[in-house]
Amino acid sequence: MSAQFIAQNLIFGVLTGSLYGLGAAGLSLVFGVLRVLNVAHGELIMLGGYASFWLFASYGLDPFASLLLTTPLMFVIGLGLHQGLFTHVETLDEDMRIKNSLLIGFGLTLALHNLAIRLWTADERAVTTAYSGAVIAAGGLVFPVVRVAALVIAFGAIALVHLMLRATYVGQAIRATAEDWEAAMLMGIDVRRTYLIAFALGSALAGVAGTLVSVGYSINPSIGLEWTLKALIVVVLAGLGSMPGTFLGGLLLGLAESVSALLLGGTYREVVALVIFVLVLMFRPQGLFGR
Amino acid sequence: MRQPFALVALVALVVLSVLLPFLTARTDILNLGFLIFLYIALAQSWNALAGLAGQINLGHAAFFGIGAFVMRHVWIAGVHPYLGLLAGGAAALLFGLLIGAPAFRLRGAYFAIGTLGLAEILRITVGNALPVVSTLPAESIAGYSLTHRYYLALGLALLTVATLAALARSRLGLGMLALRDDEDAAEATGVDALKHKLIALAVSTGFAGLAGGVFAFYHVSYYHQLPFSPTWTFDALLITFVGGVGTIAGPIVGTVFYLLVREVLVQSLVELHLLIFGLLFILVVLALPGGLMDAVARVRRLSERARARRSMTGAT
Repeated sequence: MSAQFIAQNLIFGVLTGSLYGLGAAGLSLVFGVLRVLNVAHGELIMLGGYASFWLFASYGLDPFASLLLTTPLMFVIGLGLHQGLFTHVETLDEDMRIKNSLLIGFGLTLALHNLAIRLWTADERAVTTAYSGAVIAAGGLVFPVVRVAALVIAFGAIALVHLMLRATYVGQAIRATAEDWEAAMLMGIDVRRTYLIAFALGSALAGVAGTLVSVGYSINPSIGLEWTLKALIVVVLAGLGSMPGTFLGGLLLGLAESVSALLLGGTYREVVALVIFVLVLMFRPQGLFGR
Repeated sequence: MRQPFALVALVALVVLSVLLPFLTARTDILNLGFLIFLYIALAQSWNALAGLAGQINLGHAAFFGIGAFVMRHVWIAGVHPYLGLLAGGAAALLFGLLIGAPAFRLRGAYFAIGTLGLAEILRITVGNALPVVSTLPAESIAGYSLTHRYYLALGLALLTVATLAALARSRLGLGMLALRDDEDAAEATGVDALKHKLIALAVSTGFAGLAGGVFAFYHVSYYHQLPFSPTWTFDALLITFVGGVGTIAGPIVGTVFYLLVREVLVQSLVELHLLIFGLLFILVVLALPGGLMDAVARVRRLSERARARRSMTGAT
């Protein structure tokens, strides 16, 4: 095993990991703020991927340009899902809220998964642009252009949300609500509206992630569960409450998968990630970087 | 089941189920009957933990899979299938107890996603280690009897339902229900939370393992990975919730409803029944937490009230 081979694997781990981080960011935001565990988050990523795929296949729209459409589209879908479904658990206490949202998410997962098969067949799809095969070669290592672009955009999206949470009124309202919704309400924050915006924002983040997955990787109606699991693993690794932490957790997961693929072969990389997940869940449920 | 009508209906159903192989030789009917009993046992076993002790297990397929896996290997090694079945159930139960103590450190949703992760670990590992189809030896295929499978599944379904009904009425069962409704309050009144949860888990995983064993006894050939598929968890969850979680009749009614809808829609190429049941499931969680059983009870209450009103107006 040459050093070059190892380095190349780690690079792929980081590139994939950036999407794990982005995929988890929306789930983490929604769980942290609303205490709603939306296990259909992977299906939202899948929907974002199909939106981008169809814009490309039908109108020839460049997938990176289509982010300007798919992100607001998923934001609106998020508004609808929250108003139609998840808003009904808000009045429950925390334990019941998490449990019922998990169940609603589960039903939604099945419905969206099978709706997607019905609408778009079970075929594997990917956006293949003229530059999809292009690579940047440096020092004997290759960097696929679309995956590097995906990493940059994922980082950008996370940084943008992070800044928004820090510097804007809405962001501060979201953070205050996450911290203590009763106190936030007493301070005059419209908690229900904050919940709505946070959920839609999480859904928009899933849209960005889905679009990037459709171009750098591939999509089919069954990827939802896989992405939900990845997102859950990252959230459990990183803990709640920090966008940069979530991104870092994603990179860590990507690297862990690469390392395990190097040591044990590709077939067990997902198992290694899941074993880490279950162990962290049992022995450090607040996450590696959590408070 | 306090109403005499329900009791009569139940006895009639059981008698009909027992007599069915004498009334018809149609394999499609017997296969459907087998599936109904298998799913009743599976859903009821999931209900044992969720309905009684309030723990959402998203990794139930792991225990179904272990039961199938152990049973299949023991049986093909030449041991009597019933012993294989027991070995499968025992293996699933032991694995349940093994992960139970650490897993119950996790409350609520963390238990759910932890078990989901655990089941995926097993599924992927089995798929990687044994990526082949398990086929019965020729002599077993020659002696294959569908009626035998049918009665075995019926027996398991009856045993599961009877065990749950007895458990729900027992002191242990009441303790579990108290935990489900308010864990802190139950512990304050002296219910040992861990012990009760572990017993519910043991019942749940043991019967799931037996159901997996019956699955392995039924199929001539399947991929080793198949009984570990998350579908088994999802089906059990859908059936139990749509039927009525925490009731004995709920998973039975849910199973019949689910499998009949699936049979009707099997012609449509995609899994339309899952779309319908996914939406129905959301509806149940949001609006009708008692499921179909509760809906029936509500309709009955409404009609009784209407009848009472009518008789009152008739009297004046």
